[in-house]
Amino acid sequence: MDFLRPASWEEALAAKAEHPTAVPIAGGTDVMVEINFDHRRPEYLLDLNRIGELSEWEVGQENVRLGASVPYSRIMEHLRTELPGLALASHTVASPQIRNRGGVGGNLGTASPAGDAHPALLAAGAEVEAESVRGTRMIPIDAFYTGVKRNALAPDELIRAVHIKKADGPQQFSKVGTRNAMVIAVCAFGLALHPGTRTVRTGIGSAAPTPVRAREAEEFLSAALEEGGFWDSRAIITPSVAKQFAALAAGACNPIDDVRGTASYRRHAVGIMARRTLGWTWESYRGNGRSTEGAA
Amino acid sequence: MGVTGNPTSINQGTRTKGGIGESTLRPDGILKVTGEFAYSSDMWHEDMLWGHTLRSTVAHAEIVSIDTSEALATSGVYAVLTYDDLPSTVKNYGLEIQDTPVLAHGKVRHHGEPVALVAADHPETARRAAAKIRIDYRELPVITDEASATAPDAILVHEGRDDHHAGHVPHPNIVHRQPIVRGDADAAAARADVVVSGEYVFGMQDQAFLGPESGLAVPAEDGGVDLYVATQWLHSDLRQIAPVLGLPEDKVRMTLSGVGGAFGGREDLSMQIHACLLALRTGKPVKIVYNRFESFFGHVHRHPAKLWYEHGATRDGKLTHMKCRIVLDGGAYASASPAVVGNASSLSVGPYVIDDVDIEAVALYTNNPPCGAMRGFGAVQACFAYEAQMDRLAAELGMDPVEFRQLNAMEQGTLLPTGQVVDSPAPVAELLRRVKARPLPPERQWEVAGEQADVRALPGGLSNTTHGEGVVRGIGYAVGLKNVGFSEGFDDYSTARVRMEVIAGEPVATVHTAMAEVGQGGVTVHAQIARTELGVAQVTIHPADTRVGSAGSTSASRQTYVTGGAVKHSCEAVREKVLEMGRRKFGTYHPAWATAELLLEGGKVVTDGGEVLADLVDVLEDEAVDIELEWRHRPTEAFDLRTGQGNGHVQYSFAAHRAVVEVDTELGLVKVIELACAQDVGKALNPLSVVGQIQGGTIQGMGIAVMEEIVVDPRTAKVRNPSFTDYLLPTILDTPTIPVDVLELADEHAPYGLRGVGEAPTLSSTPAVLAAIRNATGLELNRTPVRPEHLTGT
Amino acid sequence: MRVNFTVNGRRHEADDVWEGESLLYVLRERMGLPGSKNACEQGECGSCTVRLDGVPVCSCLVAAGQVEGREVVTVEGLADFAAHRSEQHPGSGCASGACGTALDRARRWEAGPAGEERRDTGELSPIQQAFIDAGAVQCGFCTPGLLVAADELLERNPEPSDADIREALSGNLCRCTGYEKILDAVRLAAARAEETV
Repeated sequence: MDFLRPASWEEALAAKAEHPTAVPIAGGTDVMVEINFDHRRPEYLLDLNRIGELSEWEVGQENVRLGASVPYSRIMEHLRTELPGLALASHTVASPQIRNRGGVGGNLGTASPAGDAHPALLAAGAEVEAESVRGTRMIPIDAFYTGVKRNALAPDELIRAVHIKKADGPQQFSKVGTRNAMVIAVCAFGLALHPGTRTVRTGIGSAAPTPVRAREAEEFLSAALEEGGFWDSRAIITPSVAKQFAALAAGACNPIDDVRGTASYRRHAVGIMARRTLGWTWESYRGNGRSTEGAA
Repeated sequence: MGVTGNPTSINQGTRTKGGIGESTLRPDGILKVTGEFAYSSDMWHEDMLWGHTLRSTVAHAEIVSIDTSEALATSGVYAVLTYDDLPSTVKNYGLEIQDTPVLAHGKVRHHGEPVALVAADHPETARRAAAKIRIDYRELPVITDEASATAPDAILVHEGRDDHHAGHVPHPNIVHRQPIVRGDADAAAARADVVVSGEYVFGMQDQAFLGPESGLAVPAEDGGVDLYVATQWLHSDLRQIAPVLGLPEDKVRMTLSGVGGAFGGREDLSMQIHACLLALRTGKPVKIVYNRFESFFGHVHRHPAKLWYEHGATRDGKLTHMKCRIVLDGGAYASASPAVVGNASSLSVGPYVIDDVDIEAVALYTNNPPCGAMRGFGAVQACFAYEAQMDRLAAELGMDPVEFRQLNAMEQGTLLPTGQVVDSPAPVAELLRRVKARPLPPERQWEVAGEQADVRALPGGLSNTTHGEGVVRGIGYAVGLKNVGFSEGFDDYSTARVRMEVIAGEPVATVHTAMAEVGQGGVTVHAQIARTELGVAQVTIHPADTRVGSAGSTSASRQTYVTGGAVKHSCEAVREKVLEMGRRKFGTYHPAWATAELLLEGGKVVTDGGEVLADLVDVLEDEAVDIELEWRHRPTEAFDLRTGQGNGHVQYSFAAHRAVVEVDTELGLVKVIELACAQDVGKALNPLSVVGQIQGGTIQGMGIAVMEEIVVDPRTAKVRNPSFTDYLLPTILDTPTIPVDVLELADEHAPYGLRGVGEAPTLSSTPAVLAAIRNATGLELNRTPVRPEHLTGT
Repeated sequence: MRVNFTVNGRRHEADDVWEGESLLYVLRERMGLPGSKNACEQGECGSCTVRLDGVPVCSCLVAAGQVEGREVVTVEGLADFAAHRSEQHPGSGCASGACGTALDRARRWEAGPAGEERRDTGELSPIQQAFIDAGAVQCGFCTPGLLVAADELLERNPEPSDADIREALSGNLCRCTGYEKILDAVRLAAARAEETV
């Protein structure tokens, strides 16, 4: 095993080009577990810790450009307003120690369906800034996840940043685990209201081979809100609409039975989380956010 | 040179002067908070090698061939050992039945069984070499439950059994069977107005001590070996290790290293023999440290169980009879299965008066992971089932579940199903009364005035699953019965060596035992006993090793009773000797030397009236009094193999819990809000430690109620979740407040009247939580742990 | 490979480090600092928690090579770290080096024969003392990681609520205590700090 320590982004890209099998390591919270448990012996480890810019973010007009290694604890602390869904998701990641090290770049690189950031990114809308010595490309988040623990990156590419749409409305994130902290998702659900475009977006984690959006549920809800004049009236959403939204969200799942939970429970729980997060976001949109937004 | 990280003698400083009954602080506390306390995995020796264990990847298979040549040829590798390299004719070990091969021979019987060993200059070298060992398995069908174990054509997990249980079991795949029959259960059932029966399932729990199995073996010039290891019972290890090494016991010198928790999981051997074999083969010190994955295969677990119970009661709430059948899965090797069967059967009735019973408990041999001792062994599984039955009976009768239990509660003088009389206080009804009388914790604690819902106080916690929606509170009660000490005729003794001398002008006592301090605070209590008995401020606790006689195991809630008893006994002998010396030197100066009851207090010889006769410093001068004695509790008897009759137990321990839970009934997530406990401890030698034990035991019981389970694939008998990612332990955000109410009703048979503490709270905590969840949801819930699927019907 | 970094204020160099080694392994097996514990090596238990440039992390998940040139505080240096914080830099931790003699102390303990427990200063950090006094230590294997995490919590938030304590320590598993006495210890340390202000 070789340990590559590029001092700059350019050096990192050059190293990745030269050694496409090199495994990038930033927070180490995925890679080191695999090494400690002898599940993986990469030929090269490519350390990204020395590249300071990866731990920085910029808040622009439309987007937040979030460096790939910005730790979850910083997202929770500093980006709660711009990225409320991702901030909530960050708070559910593992433990304080892990949140101090891990970042969204690692979640995307591993592309596990259980990664906590994915539902929030899908719901908010995001693009992954991937770069190689050949150049930069922006990969829409919807096209990023290509299979179980597979993503759209080319072997010579590294994730530099994620461009996430700034919230223009309430967002929520909810995750089921059988422990009250430090737990991998049995399943998770992210929801973002986008009043600017009068649309809603969702994200589902751990209930399909990849993180997915519940597109039918989104389309149904967007149409129902539009047709019912809810965006303007800010009226309470009809229970039947919430119920149908929940059912469609559950229907978007394609889960498996595993040691963490059954497929049918996952479907059921996604439906419950869809209904609840809709309630919380909508109450917040109506102006009653204080009593409904979960906090810790 | 030399071993570093040697266990240190612990000096109780002058800051802590307390005798028994005081909450003196741990003598090892400073070392533990500064990171200087040497645990078994902290050992280091110049020039040491790293040992690694290659384990079976299948649960049941014939070993066709093993090829170690490529591994041996690896640079940095010093030895590769298989069964064929074992040096002695003794090649098996075991606590009671020597059925466990040191390295697999011809066959592997469970997933993760040790097959080969490697010693190398770096752990990674050892791992890479182990990966080059080629093993050709021919897989066999797996035996995973009672049906497959006792089927007519079942493969025998152990061919040709000749152990002492082989003759009385109905099938060779049954390790041990214990029936208990008393009265006439069928006839009594006719008197019942209400009969309730149910089948209950108890999952496989892991001890999950945080310090992984580890140790260091150092070859000695005399051909022997020095072994530094974390264990629960040095002498039991020694008895099993020496014959396999082909060495006399005095050439295997064991020293207890720092133990990172045990809970039963270190009662069996893990890496001890392996490290010694590699050290003796290579002539170099060898360290073995399991990682968490390997630790799940490195020790036995709590027996999963299927329990069938029938109880009857009259309309006025008196229990008429009980029938039960308890099937424990012992896995591939016997370990402590016979004792678990003994406890499960003899304590299956719980702390209740039932005259007519028909009981049977068995432990199976299967190809599942071996199971053995874990806190509350045997009694825990039974308590989960009989307490569910009590709630169901109370509901059938329309009675309050606590009142129903109190109506049937055992007390001093009650006759157990084994025919043994409970001859010390048994305050079962009082313990229940106390937990019930406590004020309930406030409702809806997640609501903070004017603020957002605090999800940390809600089911789901930080995962933000509810802000109060679907949340229902439930309350449940349970009480349990556990034996203390080793039962069934076992010669359960301990040994203590106590020395008293003057050092630097002060009288100092040194207490030397082989007791394994695993965190329970035995070292604290030994110093307290020595202070109380010998009247000295300074007590040194000598490191535990095999240079002193056996202390027995740190298990079965027995150490404070038995080794504490031994320390007390030896201190009394030392005191007598000191007084004798005093009489010789000073007896002529004061008549009280001959006539009064004399005590040692504050460094002086005093009369019971408080008159000072002499300074210990002057009595002892430059002489040392040094006495090593064994001490045993009163003997017990084996249970009759047919009727289960016999005075099998020494002492009983009782705890009651009230659980308050909040359940998200839509998502099936549980938050335990409070687990109030009341326990009788006879006499709290160290109240702070006692409460710590009760709270810790309570949470281990909660863990198996709501999250902990080793999941074994029934088709392959392979473990599916050997990691802390998927074997979940409660975090501090999962645990409730645990108010503890300690009763001290002395047991006159025990030293200071004390009662073993450690296990009882683990019994009643699980059924109390289950009862509370049933109360919140109205579901039957006959299985533990409860999973979200069970609560949501998905 | 060779790795250089600062531990508890002292420069350290480790040679022949295998590239897959963690910071935890290097501390324990190469630097004679076994205080940080190896309970799970998968970031699930927090027993190996150290401060890396001031930030609490699981040292089992930091590759040794990633620590090059950085500053680490372990439980062995916690007392001096805390003393330096309160004496020299009120309100902040010292990650700047030269914080004291913890390593020396640890070294001498290791080299010494059994039975000679010595302490240079007799000083513990407030959180260490509170863990002893409150009975928060049983087997003690989780203790080093909990101390580092709890010390950092009190540095950030001198008056934490119970929920704050639970959240801050939710990455540290304890199997012995049921956590009640750990909560007591953190409350005690916070209360004592308030008294002395």
